[in-house]
Amino acid sequence: MRREAPKSVADYTPLFFPALMLIVFFVVPFSTMIAVSFFKRNPAGFYTPDFVFDNYARFLSVFFGGVLGFSLMLAVLVAVCCVAIAFPFTYLLTRRPRRVQTLWLVGLLSVLSLSEVIIGFAWSTLFSRTAGITNLFVAIGLMDKPVALLPTFGAVLTGMVYQALPYTILVLYPALVRLDPTLLEAARTLGASPVRAFFNVVAPALRNTIVATLIMVFVFALGSYLLPQILGRPQHWTLSVLITDQAIYQSNMPFAAAMAVFLVLISLALVGMTLLVGRKENAL
Amino acid sequence: MSGLNINAITKKFGSFAAVDNVQLNVPHGTFVCLLGPSGCGKTTLLRMIAGLEEPTSGAIVLDGEDITPLPTHKRNLGMVFQSLALFPHLSVGDNIAYALRIRGASQGDQKKRVDELLSLIHLPGFADRPVAKLSGGQRQRVAIARALALSPKLFLLDEPLSALDAKLREAMQVELRQLQQRLGITTIVVTHDQREAMTMADLVVVMGHGKILQAAPPIEIYRKPADAFVADFIGITNLLPAEIDGAGRTTILGTAIPGLAMPAGQTKASVSIRPEDVHLGAPGGSAITGEVSFVRDLGGTIETFVEVRGTSIIAVTTPRERHDVPVGAKVGVTLPPESCVVLGS
Repeated sequence: MRREAPKSVADYTPLFFPALMLIVFFVVPFSTMIAVSFFKRNPAGFYTPDFVFDNYARFLSVFFGGVLGFSLMLAVLVAVCCVAIAFPFTYLLTRRPRRVQTLWLVGLLSVLSLSEVIIGFAWSTLFSRTAGITNLFVAIGLMDKPVALLPTFGAVLTGMVYQALPYTILVLYPALVRLDPTLLEAARTLGASPVRAFFNVVAPALRNTIVATLIMVFVFALGSYLLPQILGRPQHWTLSVLITDQAIYQSNMPFAAAMAVFLVLISLALVGMTLLVGRKENAL
Repeated sequence: MSGLNINAITKKFGSFAAVDNVQLNVPHGTFVCLLGPSGCGKTTLLRMIAGLEEPTSGAIVLDGEDITPLPTHKRNLGMVFQSLALFPHLSVGDNIAYALRIRGASQGDQKKRVDELLSLIHLPGFADRPVAKLSGGQRQRVAIARALALSPKLFLLDEPLSALDAKLREAMQVELRQLQQRLGITTIVVTHDQREAMTMADLVVVMGHGKILQAAPPIEIYRKPADAFVADFIGITNLLPAEIDGAGRTTILGTAIPGLAMPAGQTKASVSIRPEDVHLGAPGGSAITGEVSFVRDLGGTIETFVEVRGTSIIAVTTPRERHDVPVGAKVGVTLPPESCVVLGS
């Protein structure tokens, strides 16, 4: 299909509504946040307009650097785990009859209806000593006595992967469903076992989809602030937890805003780097 | 025994038999065309030979070895798919070298074989091009080269030329046949295009409803079709009713055809005669009299449609033997008995 370039202002009308939404709900709040991040905190009140770098300076400490590093590491790990689980799963799902696919997708969509709070408390029950899954292991003789699996890093990771997995599958599904099944068959006629064909034909053919999905889950996981608190120890808390803490409990809006701006910048830089590396490899 | 033996192969999807007890022997180096309308089971048969579909019963034997239980990747065959299935993330050279890479061939061997195959398909120097930058015909050739990389025992093609335009398709048919003869490789092509089958095949296998209706060299299929379905599917034919009249003579459309024998004990049968065997002349005498209803002058050939008692007979002539019969004129149609094929009921 040939696309005509818009000629008059009227041709741009379909863009007005989304542009308005973007300005009202993104540009204005985000600009406000950037502005606030340069304000001065007023211990008695809220904050006073100013232009100081104190908030950013305070952030540049070993403690906050560590938290930032942990948050990024956790988000990357969640993204990798989600794609590693969801990609083969979704691939196998698309090879099933249509009815089976629909049932699975409806099930996954229903997981999306659970809020972060419910997921957090459900997993904290499952990982508890008194009512958790270890009781099952004891019952079937795998363990001697029930133990608590939380608060641990593993519990945080499990909860966050569980939360992000349905999104990952729903993002991967359209690309995998459209994949030409004869690509895999061709690889098999050329002497590749099905597993080998999957790794050197299906996965590379969908490289861009996989990279895009990794980025999406990464950004999604970066914003998670409830699950680390419910399932982890304070050293497992992410930057999002600290931002919430500063903004709501310490009433330090300027500092919270500075951290948020910094987090956005760092994640944008990471996403940009991923895309850049991807493009370079594509060109080879 | 050398070659491919397909032994009583059946494939059922539920209670529907897509391929029904098919028996076929393909001697080594033969070019076979599986021909039939869509849904006749030809693709399913090919996919079973490739191991992409498991037969419900029966066996596939290649050079004396039963390959039925072998998975696809252990069968030593090359296959070209209808969609071509070129790997979009690999260059032309890497696509062709894929099978060699799987076998662990050295970089040098891979490059040598790729160059060899590229010159075989008349695309030398294309190794580093991305697949997306190729034309339809070039993609076709790359798919063929990729399938032939390991010099397989069996070369399978599933409607390989259907995506090309008519002219390129005809050229590729000739090229594919010449390539096959040079390599002497046993080849099986699925097609629904009878011209394609006539151009390329040593052996044409006409299928319908999961069964083989006739397996014979192309010209024999054309000249001596086994039944009305085959006669109608291969080229254009006139299917005319023949019966024995009161005087014991064989008649077609009320006119006696001396020299045309009916099968013993049958009084009615269907007769197939090719349009180029139908002679047109002056009405009267021993000829069947009819009225010209339409003339299609294609330049190279002229098709004349003659209406006889509600049945249309097509005659094909060349401009050299031009009759110049206008629509509505009365003509005499002569059917040489030696060109008439009496079909089984």
